[in-house]
Amino acid sequence: MDPGLRSELQRHGIFVTTLEQLYNWGRSNSLWPLGFGLACCAIEMIAASMARYDLARFGAEVFRPSPRQADLMIVAGTVTKKMAPQVVRLYNQMAEPKYVIAMGACAISGGPFKQGYNVLKGIDRYIPVDVHIPGCPPRPEALIHALMTLQQRIAEESLLSPKRPRHLRPDQPGEYPVPEFGPHDLVPPKNPEVWKPPILRRPA
Amino acid sequence: MESLESIRQRILAAVPGARIELVHNPSPSGQHSLLVDPSHALAVARFLRDDPHLRFDYCSNVTGVDWLDTEITEKVRVRLLIEGVEREVEETRKLLRPGYLEVVYHLYSMALRHGPLILRMRTGNRSDQIRLPSLTPVWRSCEFQEREVFDLFGVIFEGHPDLRRILMWDGFQDHPMRKDYVEPDDYEYEPTPHGAVAEKARRHQATAAPPPGPAASPKAAAQTPPASH
Repeated sequence: MDPGLRSELQRHGIFVTTLEQLYNWGRSNSLWPLGFGLACCAIEMIAASMARYDLARFGAEVFRPSPRQADLMIVAGTVTKKMAPQVVRLYNQMAEPKYVIAMGACAISGGPFKQGYNVLKGIDRYIPVDVHIPGCPPRPEALIHALMTLQQRIAEESLLSPKRPRHLRPDQPGEYPVPEFGPHDLVPPKNPEVWKPPILRRPA
Repeated sequence: MESLESIRQRILAAVPGARIELVHNPSPSGQHSLLVDPSHALAVARFLRDDPHLRFDYCSNVTGVDWLDTEITEKVRVRLLIEGVEREVEETRKLLRPGYLEVVYHLYSMALRHGPLILRMRTGNRSDQIRLPSLTPVWRSCEFQEREVFDLFGVIFEGHPDLRRILMWDGFQDHPMRKDYVEPDDYEYEPTPHGAVAEKARRHQATAAPPPGPAASPKAAAQTPPASH
């Protein structure tokens, strides 16, 4: 619908919208994050949800203790190799449509612990991540920005186009294989279905 | 607290047969320590805890050190017969000191407010003689930290009530803090590598099979800004 016509109608007290917009407006403004933290980023996440930064303004203040009631996973902190299977299992248990924010350097890439023997080099090796927040740890404003970015992306998910939400796309699985503890590393060490980094070639 | 040498003399008097060596620390901190032989370590620990002038009732820290086989060169003066004349000649000798694992305990006395006293124990080697007595029966706070040393260094503590891995999972087979630990090769994607990570990424690239699909151009990769340090 032409935006000019819509604002003209609004001036006469007639409000016009589409079902799709209404649906996405509702979804993007009632994100329920899963309440779990893995490291110091969790402190910033808690600060973001409290009165000073007030994540409630974006409809995302209801941190749920159960993955069955949550649709947003904020991976806040270092994912150790011992914790990674549990994080993937929590993701699998969440209800569709579900979204993931990787918060902080550790959740993105392993961060300062990248060379450690026990730290997963980014949660996007096992589950699809929608928004990455850099920072160590990111400030609450950064988390709010990530949430707003995610809301924008949800609002753009047209229901009939190829960009429709995950749960309407048959090619997007709702569950991903949970890695197992192997003798030297997690088995498999990554999920190539999910994690497709660009191949970098550089002169030796 | 009395001097380490006098503590050592008193231990030798109280625990017959114990071999105790004073390990000198040449750094400015000057934290010298006592090297205890494993067979008498439990008796020595009990003495340190119960002696009325020492009363080390608190073990604050247990940690491990991995010493690899090292070659020591030393210069020795030797008398040799050269052309019928006896002369003193300087000779360099190379000795191979076999590696071992070391466990270090830091002891404090809460009652008398002194410390730390540093105890060390060494295993026979790094492969099969890796058993040491556990000091958990003397200081309960050693329990988790000895489990950590077992997990990361592979020292087996005899007499420990519950010797399991504590940080890594049960099926894990390596000991990550040993110097010859080989870490899994997961350096596939390093956008801004520097230092040791750049080295590992290069090694990974050399060993990995050429991946299918379009590759990022070397120009673009070269343009990635180097990290600040």
